[in-house]
Amino acid sequence: MSAYVTKSPWVVHYDGSSCNGCDIEVLACLTPMYDVERFGIINCGNPKHADVFLVTGSVNEQNKDVIKQIYEQMPEPKVVVAVGICACSGGVFKDCYNVLGGVDQVIPVDAYVPGCAARPEAIIDAVVKGLGVLQAKRDAMVNAPAKAVAAPAEAVAPVEKADAEPVAKGSFPPIFTMAEIKTNYKVSK
Amino acid sequence: MGKRTIIPFGPQHPVLPEPIHLDLVVEDETVVDVIPSIGYIHRGLEKLCETKDYNKMVYVIERICGICSFGHGWGACASIEGAMDVKIPERAEYLRTILHELSRIHSHLLWLGLLADAFGFESLFNHCWRVRETVLDLFEKNTGGRVIFSICKIGGMRKDISDENLKEMASVLNGIKSEIKELTDVFIADASVQNRMVGVGVLTKEQAEELCTVGPVARGSGIDQDIRMNDDHGVYGELGFEPCIEEAGDCMARTIVRIRELFQSIELIEKAVEKIPAGPVDVKVSGNVNGECITRMEQPRGEAYYYAKGAGTKFLKRMRVRTPTNMNIPGLVQMLKGCDLADVPILVLTIDPCISCTER
Repeated sequence: MSAYVTKSPWVVHYDGSSCNGCDIEVLACLTPMYDVERFGIINCGNPKHADVFLVTGSVNEQNKDVIKQIYEQMPEPKVVVAVGICACSGGVFKDCYNVLGGVDQVIPVDAYVPGCAARPEAIIDAVVKGLGVLQAKRDAMVNAPAKAVAAPAEAVAPVEKADAEPVAKGSFPPIFTMAEIKTNYKVSK
Repeated sequence: MGKRTIIPFGPQHPVLPEPIHLDLVVEDETVVDVIPSIGYIHRGLEKLCETKDYNKMVYVIERICGICSFGHGWGACASIEGAMDVKIPERAEYLRTILHELSRIHSHLLWLGLLADAFGFESLFNHCWRVRETVLDLFEKNTGGRVIFSICKIGGMRKDISDENLKEMASVLNGIKSEIKELTDVFIADASVQNRMVGVGVLTKEQAEELCTVGPVARGSGIDQDIRMNDDHGVYGELGFEPCIEEAGDCMARTIVRIRELFQSIELIEKAVEKIPAGPVDVKVSGNVNGECITRMEQPRGEAYYYAKGAGTKFLKRMRVRTPTNMNIPGLVQMLKGCDLADVPILVLTIDPCISCTER
């Protein structure tokens, strides 16, 4: 399964409070000029199918819960890419009364794309960098010690703190091999 | 009568590039009522403008919306120029008109693609966006930016576009006419597209007038209303502008209005490139804003309204923007009542919603 996911990461896109400039550049990445779909990168509308979360625009009072919910619905491992300067830090809207700041105020971010609006080349570059992070997270999950399974509920809990660390090794529920399941669990007949 | 159910639509939805939330009250498969709620993109730009130097404020206003960014910049500059009694050179007016019409081509091609995506015609979506990239290349060559240019300033334009570049722009646009024709013929003639759009979401002329719709939504319902025709702004008077009107009021009519506007914009740019006079592109503006002015603009989505008021300081006292989608949401609610649940995405898209404009 690992091979397929590495080769065709699916993205889900949410417009935080962007001006649309970055949104149309995200879509421009998918259309014939840049055409990342030829590599199997698909913009799926469903967070439960997605590996990469592209957020454009800054966070405000009303959408912070929406961003958290989408993030929580995505399966592990997952990567968050903040597209555009507004998603990185708030940008030109930083001083607005309704803007809390960059996306990293509510969820951990793995790659930042500067620019107003972010250029499609930069977005593609960040997603490719994000794939490296995705692979590292997946490796961390596979290699995680079996004892981590004792507290899975804690491990998948949403990140609430603004200064939360993006990845802590071994903090994800591990993937078992069939042999491990047979040794760890008794199957009643 | 079936049991009523409320289905939430948005804010994150596959068909929506931007967040808007609709509570759809459905009976079986029919939508009987709609409760829209907005506010997911509200930033508070009008307030921010009051804390910025009025020259820097233009950057903020341009970022109300990334799709019609040039039009917003022009509207803000024009209202402040009006308040300060500044007359900009004619070449700057021509350049603004050319870039605004180019933005309209890019916006309408973008919208046609999103509409095709909404009824599941993926290849048509990709072809629309492929043609649109040609327009973005023109923007990048002439202004330096793909979607946000910051080329408009108070007192004219930040830089000139050479006559050779303008001629090249006209010839490139002339070249993509046949490609646009090929795409738009699919929208007009293809049976699968017609099944989804003809007779769907009819807004009668009376309803459109009563609900104060603007732009292609109003023109698709037969209302003869276009700010480029009514007001004396830009150089549309000299270019001989006639609005595109369709009578049917359904999704197809609104699409055809935008398709006709695509070709009309190309013609307007060609005429403007022929007529553009030589001369400077800006005048020196000094002093502070002391006065007030209202400007109206025809954005790709309809009429936008800008109000600037100064009090003799370098900060504006009030900057107010009213954007077209704001006016079209009541029309959308009217269209959605009685439609099938499956048609909701198409109907939401036919008003060409720009939520970041609406909420600012």
